[in-house]
Amino acid sequence: MSTFSPRKALLAIAAPALALIVAFVVTSVILLAFGDPVVEVWQTILSAPKPRQFVQIVNGATVYYLSAVAVAVGFRMNLFNIGVDGQYRVAAFAGALFAGQAWFPGPVNVILTIIVAMIAGGLWASIAAYLKVKRGISEVISTIMLNAIATGVVQWLLLKVAVKQPGSNTITTKPIPESSQLDGLSLIPGAANKVYTLLLLAILVGSAYWFIIGKTRFGFDLRATGRSETAAVASGVKVPRMVVTTMVASGALAGLIGMPLLFGQDHNYGTTFQAGLGFAGIGIALLGRNHPVGIAFAALLWSFLDVQSNALQIRAGVASEVVFIIQGVILFAVVIAYELIRRADVRLEQQRVARELSAVSPDAPSVEGARA
Amino acid sequence: MRHATKVAAVVAAAALGLAACSSNDTSGSSSTSAGGSSSAAAGKKIVVGIAYGVGGRGDQSFNASAAVGLDKAKADLGITYKEATQVNGESEAATEERLQQFVDAGATHVIGVGFAYAKAIGAVAKANPEVHFAIIDDASADSAGPNVAQLTFAEEQGSFLVGAAAALKSKTNTVGFVGGVATDLIKKFEAGYIAGAKAANPSIVVKSQYLSQPPDFSGFNDPAKGKTAAEGLYQGGADVVYHAAGGSGSGVFTAAKAAGKLAIGVDSDQALTATPDVRDVILTSMIKKVDVAVYDFLKSGSEGKDITGNKVYDLKAGGVDYATTGGKVDDIKAKLDDYKAKIISGQITVPTKP
Repeated sequence: MSTFSPRKALLAIAAPALALIVAFVVTSVILLAFGDPVVEVWQTILSAPKPRQFVQIVNGATVYYLSAVAVAVGFRMNLFNIGVDGQYRVAAFAGALFAGQAWFPGPVNVILTIIVAMIAGGLWASIAAYLKVKRGISEVISTIMLNAIATGVVQWLLLKVAVKQPGSNTITTKPIPESSQLDGLSLIPGAANKVYTLLLLAILVGSAYWFIIGKTRFGFDLRATGRSETAAVASGVKVPRMVVTTMVASGALAGLIGMPLLFGQDHNYGTTFQAGLGFAGIGIALLGRNHPVGIAFAALLWSFLDVQSNALQIRAGVASEVVFIIQGVILFAVVIAYELIRRADVRLEQQRVARELSAVSPDAPSVEGARA
Repeated sequence: MRHATKVAAVVAAAALGLAACSSNDTSGSSSTSAGGSSSAAAGKKIVVGIAYGVGGRGDQSFNASAAVGLDKAKADLGITYKEATQVNGESEAATEERLQQFVDAGATHVIGVGFAYAKAIGAVAKANPEVHFAIIDDASADSAGPNVAQLTFAEEQGSFLVGAAAALKSKTNTVGFVGGVATDLIKKFEAGYIAGAKAANPSIVVKSQYLSQPPDFSGFNDPAKGKTAAEGLYQGGADVVYHAAGGSGSGVFTAAKAAGKLAIGVDSDQALTATPDVRDVILTSMIKKVDVAVYDFLKSGSEGKDITGNKVYDLKAGGVDYATTGGKVDDIKAKLDDYKAKIISGQITVPTKP
């Protein structure tokens, strides 16, 4: 695995390149079919971001990254937590409510709020975990239902606790105290806006994810369960316990998604809080192949497309929703491309092994064979 | 698994690389647009950036009304404009960025249609003190600024007039109200309606129903729910139902048609904008003239007298009114105009909370 082979590198470039080309062609065809200005659309999307847009890309990616990691934790053991969307909204609401009370001073409030949000997200996810382990209900079904329930519960509770400022028509929780609002980091020169301070949280989460999944007993058990549940059971893994732990961990991570938005931007939870982040995370985890670094690049790509598409209506007269087509096609294409590349990889490997077998002694390729 | 992650890494890298490649030609075009804006400012020409709420120009209601004002300004004042529509569920940063894009594209006047733009208008106005901003339906501290016009409406005053019309026309002594979403804004409509009905007939019974609770805004765009709610009100004895439910209103009209009863429209003169087969059930409409507010803002701007602060479009300013299309209120027009005069003179104060 650690050895570098030019063939693998080439194949690794082929898959995403293919996906991007397919996305480019399909989107262009759709634009042409509807008589939209294709050239202007691509010029807008592929133009160089301004410094402030760089900041937005990083900020958007931060939130997407947390969401995708939350999803990826489940994916690694074949657990499809579709409920990240509901979990992050429940958690963001709970966190905003807690932080707004200002029971603790500045930074302490921030840290405690993050913990509260993780607990809230974990608890919400634990419902699906319980249903799966004790009642055998597919987590796909239960988490989708719980998303809808989360919408209702949060709406109902928000109405109970909402504070109104005169002249406003929006409904929000009490704003968090100024001492707990995170101003941001001036990482990108020339930009008036700032990168979310909680970018650090995303980096921390990514590192922890890499370490726990790749380097610990728990991570090994998790991956083993994902690859083959029967084999995992045979080697002494307690699968139900793994399901509960992983689901709750996924939910707790989902609880972090709203935190950069809460502390760095909105400062409360209300009707204009960003929606749909959990679903975006599913696609990004898929694109990033559940790898901490892969997800980071996927999140950046997603955020890049989001930010760049904002100008489409203004500069090209095309609805920003075009970007949903591009993102959707990339996902489709990349999933298909990964599979095609995997098959090509296997075929090339077999040819090489066959070649070596016919050339030298028959026991030589056994090391390579175990790797494949 | 692992080689796949390398793959993904390269996708993203490639995409970003592509972006970098094309940067040269587009940076050239963006600088020309900046040049264009300064020359436009020198010619004292108004360049408008208008950001619609979800639904956009084609919603036949609130956003469409703003677009009417914009088109009128284009015809009368020779302004040029660029338009954009909010994407459902986007982040606050994306909302702000849209407004900033208008400024970058050379806009001298930026309009946010709907209270969802409140925070963004406040932030972007602060960052661009030389540009003039307007927000519809918000008068909070979030959007306030020395270069911001907060354009709000006295919906309760217009609703008072249609409430009086409903009570005067009711034979069952019962009238109904369907609110889209139970926000304070829609409660203003309800409060005015009730007050108007009671003023015309103190013994009248007013039954109210809301379609959804915030932050669920589906009640503004769910004709089926509107129909069910209106059916309930008609069966409960109401013979006139007023809706303040945006797109759900078409369901209210359908129910009125089926029950052979009357309904009252909102925002636009709906006897002109609703589907032709239900227009005959529309007694009148409470017109909220977003177009007038937008046009005023741009006209003042073109005269160099930009509106700032909260401007309330009430009956006096011609911001709200009742519609006479269809001739169903012709017999009570004198009474309604009498109420109108009393509200304008301050003799009647209409409550804003039910």
